[in-house]
Amino acid sequence: MKLVLSQEQQELRAAVRDFLRTASPLPKVREGYDPQVYARLNGELGLSGLIVPEEYGGAGAGMSELAVALEETGAALLPGPFLATAFAALALSQVPDKELQTGIAEGRIAATFDHTELSCDGGTASGAPAQVLSGGEADVLVAPARDGDALVMVAVELAGPGVTRTALETLDLTRGQARIVLDGAPARVLGPAPQTGVFDRLCVALAAEQLGVMRAALDAIVAYAKIRVAFGRYIGSYQGVKHKLADMHCKLEQAESIVRYAAWAADESPAELPEAAALAQAYVGRACFEVARDHLLLHGGIGYTWEHDAHLFYKRAKADEVLLGPPRIHRARLGQLLEL
Amino acid sequence: MNLAEYRRAAGDWLRENAPTDDYPEADGITRAKEFMAKLYDAGYSGITWPKQWGGQGLTQAEERVFAEEARDYTLPTYIFSIGLGMTGPTIVDRGTDAQRERFVRPLLRGEEIWCQLFSEPGAGSDVASLQTRAVRDGDHWIVNGQKVWTSVAHHADWGLLLARTDVDVPKHKGLTMFVIDMHHPGVTVRPLKDMSGRANFNEIFFDNVPIPDEHRVGEVNDGWSVAVTTLLHERLSISAGVGMGGQKDHPASLEALRRTLDTSDPLVHDELVELHIRSRALALFNQRLAQETRAGIFPGARGSAAKLLLAELTLYQADLATRLVGPEAALADHPLARAISMAPGMALGGGTNEIMRNIVGDRVLGLPPEPRVDKNVPFKDLKVGTQA
Repeated sequence: MKLVLSQEQQELRAAVRDFLRTASPLPKVREGYDPQVYARLNGELGLSGLIVPEEYGGAGAGMSELAVALEETGAALLPGPFLATAFAALALSQVPDKELQTGIAEGRIAATFDHTELSCDGGTASGAPAQVLSGGEADVLVAPARDGDALVMVAVELAGPGVTRTALETLDLTRGQARIVLDGAPARVLGPAPQTGVFDRLCVALAAEQLGVMRAALDAIVAYAKIRVAFGRYIGSYQGVKHKLADMHCKLEQAESIVRYAAWAADESPAELPEAAALAQAYVGRACFEVARDHLLLHGGIGYTWEHDAHLFYKRAKADEVLLGPPRIHRARLGQLLEL
Repeated sequence: MNLAEYRRAAGDWLRENAPTDDYPEADGITRAKEFMAKLYDAGYSGITWPKQWGGQGLTQAEERVFAEEARDYTLPTYIFSIGLGMTGPTIVDRGTDAQRERFVRPLLRGEEIWCQLFSEPGAGSDVASLQTRAVRDGDHWIVNGQKVWTSVAHHADWGLLLARTDVDVPKHKGLTMFVIDMHHPGVTVRPLKDMSGRANFNEIFFDNVPIPDEHRVGEVNDGWSVAVTTLLHERLSISAGVGMGGQKDHPASLEALRRTLDTSDPLVHDELVELHIRSRALALFNQRLAQETRAGIFPGARGSAAKLLLAELTLYQADLATRLVGPEAALADHPLARAISMAPGMALGGGTNEIMRNIVGDRVLGLPPEPRVDKNVPFKDLKVGTQA
């Protein structure tokens, strides 16, 4: 089991962090998705191709590296379809498709994955996934579809015929969702839908983003506690504040340990992946929201204002916590896997 | 010898020599001392300690390998743990050559047992406010006062004693460290029964006990910095043992609970899932700290976060288990009655949860310190202990 970042992984982290600090600072995040930033992220850093196999023009890296990148995009609250494309790339890692994976690696295709089952009939797909992550920005939807008795994985061009997209106003201002209605939209069958493994990988990828969100939220309130004065003292010197921050740090340490473990399991120990993935969502999802919530509260009244960034983290944390379903499903899954 | 060979040799030695039976406490000391001598003679006591003073002069890597091989055994080393984990390393780090020559080898070989004498009834978290006095008398010091929470003191030959030597300076600046002879007639050791009904600790009274000046460790009035060395070793030795198994036998563990409870009850089911989540989260954090240590990243104050989490998990787990099991957990001989009685210990010993949070806040997060009212006040003018 590997829980500590390698030299290369630390360098990847530093590169992504440095890039996002200048290319996508928080004031810019408020303006929403910027395709140019996204193009540079994929061009200069090659992030969209990180986990795409080398034969398709990607870097052939694993979940451990993707987790490092997602932690940073999470910490920056990066808008746009990066997580959605990572979801699709993870699904495609189980149902390879040269055209899509090459497009993703080159940064030409932004994709998304949704687990709502479509129906598929002779090269067309129908269905109505209600909340597709980055569904407004993605070029392609990857989803499972029922084709007679078989469950297959299909890809649908979202700019093509038979597709209606409606952007949804979301709680999280930094990342959109769309309602998509497919009515006989042209669809390409990629292969049989994998029995297992896709959802687990999404759980781990999301947990990595959540780790970044909570780290950035904790960093922000720690920095503020060192400069904000009340009753003649820095607020960070009060145990009422300090002890809460210490507890938040404890959650962060445990969340990081779980994310590293789950990413390692995805790469190296598939037998451990289902339990590790369920654990990752059950623990990190909750911890992320709690830390984001307490970071907002400890800011005091300023944290409740629209102009302050605290609510951006709070809302992303909540949106992430429920992104893959009500959190109880991860707990239920864990119980099942433990054969309690 | 490379690490793989070292591992094989250590495993072989343990298979042949580690005791496999339980034996009564009465035989305990003799057998523990015999075992410790064998362990030392085989080269497995003081693995990382300097060769010059009787150690093996090897690295953390060998020590780690031995600990991993020893994990499946219950070695009778408990009574030596204070010496090996805290007072011994302090003598090695801060003692004189004469002290190292005199004390280290007998300690490593289990010939002499050590205890640590810092805490007092009036000085727990704030141990630097302690009141036990050592007054100079020619080439000796005369000690009077009281210590508490002293493990293995009733078996100890030597104690590492922190005492006040100057009351006219602020509290941290008037302390000195000594090695005290626990067999002196002026030393009284009384077992201290804790809330679980066991007497794992003692309280110690000193009545005009002389200490030769050559048993002073460090400079006069520089005892606090010596104590910091000891406490650093203490925290390392606690966190090194954290999360390293032993859980399976715990009556409040998931393994134990799932055997006895009706897990088809969805409420029970979800509580057990929560227990699993919290236990795994901490176990993985501890494993990550261990991996970092092996990679040369010193965990430092982050070890206090692990200690805090262990204390909270211990309390939560015993509390949950008793609630799930119900009335029978309230009978004194039920293992969970013992577990709930012992649970607060982890949150108090080795630094309370509040102290751990201060350490994480100050040293990990770099938060501003609490304003201090005691820093520049001469000890004799300071309020200490419990005052109405």
